[in-house]
Amino acid sequence: MEHVELFFKSIFIDNMVFATFLGMCSYLAVSKKVSTAVGLGAAVIFVLAITVPLNWLLDQYLLQPGALSWLGPEYAEYDLSFLSFIMFIATIATMVQLVEIVVEKFSPSLYNSLGIFLPLIAVNCAILGGSLFMQSREIASLGLAATYGIGSGIGWFLAILAIAAIREKIRYSNVPGPLRGLGITFIITGLMAIGFMSFGGMLTGGDEAVEEEQKTVEVVTEVDEDKKLADVSEIEKEADNTTKVVE
Amino acid sequence: MGLLSKKDSKLILDPLADNNPITIQVLGICSALAITAELEASIVMSISVLFVLGVGNVIISLIRNIIPSKIRIIVQLIVVAALVIIVDLVLKAFAYELSKTLSVFVGLIITNCIIMGRFEAFALGNGPWRSFLDGIGNAFGYGVILIIVGFFRELLGSGTLLGFPILGDPIEKTGLYAFGYENNGFMLLSPMALIVVGLIIWVQRSKNKALIED
Repeated sequence: MEHVELFFKSIFIDNMVFATFLGMCSYLAVSKKVSTAVGLGAAVIFVLAITVPLNWLLDQYLLQPGALSWLGPEYAEYDLSFLSFIMFIATIATMVQLVEIVVEKFSPSLYNSLGIFLPLIAVNCAILGGSLFMQSREIASLGLAATYGIGSGIGWFLAILAIAAIREKIRYSNVPGPLRGLGITFIITGLMAIGFMSFGGMLTGGDEAVEEEQKTVEVVTEVDEDKKLADVSEIEKEADNTTKVVE
Repeated sequence: MGLLSKKDSKLILDPLADNNPITIQVLGICSALAITAELEASIVMSISVLFVLGVGNVIISLIRNIIPSKIRIIVQLIVVAALVIIVDLVLKAFAYELSKTLSVFVGLIITNCIIMGRFEAFALGNGPWRSFLDGIGNAFGYGVILIIVGFFRELLGSGTLLGFPILGDPIEKTGLYAFGYENNGFMLLSPMALIVVGLIIWVQRSKNKALIED
């Protein structure tokens, strides 16, 4: 149950783009066409799903205060957490290289669709941000870390897909000259972020429900599913609204 | 500018307006938006980026001829990560409260696209002194936008600047509040950062028509 809760929380409530502004650079640069946006989004899900659990292991067995106690009692007092930035980014950079080599070897077609984006991803704030948030929110187990990685990847994917679709449409609208391109994209993203804030109340009832019967919790997740469906139509509506505003 | 040749001063002045890293090059937006609800945090963030970008550009420029080009991204990331750790430890030691506010965003300077972008585009092909000026210039360009956004969001959102109330007291109804003025709490929410940057882009591009995209 925790997994489902964390999964939806990381997609909607703590959405990487709309709540914490992570990965904005590539989000703005690569969202001109839906097809490229899908490629980059898929690559982000893929890399986050690998690096977050990996960095969780690093954090748990190497970096945290007292994490080295498995080496022996004399190591129990070491605190290497100041090294976490450098360890995380090194893991991410090497994993991205490794994934690139493996994918190229075993699935040339996937490599062709992801290929150009993989090196870009090493410096995507969303990837490092995923690991840093995983650390600062003290996620409890390896499984939860994986769920968190996949969930936030999907959230990022949704965001870039939505903005790419809107940008394809907005080309036909009469946007004021100085706002064209970057300016209007910023403002649309702001409006979408306001829309996503409405998901904030989605899981607040969940905390009490966990202590009660299992059944109530299941109802809560069903509602989540509905909201997920409703989300797609909401994004479309938002696109309509923004075009109207612009007109 | 007796100290700097014309070409060098251009390196510093260009990124302030016509080649601004945030509004024109679209780099470094990730960390720029999340921490601008208060002016103080914006200023500290700008100074951190100034330090990392200035020093990092010099280091990369000094070792540019011995980095194998295949692994240069990893080398660059390690250099930035080391500098960011210094910033993080200094902040934790001297401004603990502020480093709590900035939370993971100090760490995210590592993947701030401005830094990698300037390493790739400038420091790998130029000498240390020019790279240093380029780094300083771009960090100032980044800081200017951050401070403008932070200024408006704090002023309109909570009626204070750097924590000092300047529009009067909202509870005692003094100053502007006596005339029925209310703080716009909306400005403190994260989506408004995006919209404020969008408006800055609008103003900037209306002034300089050459920047308009088609």
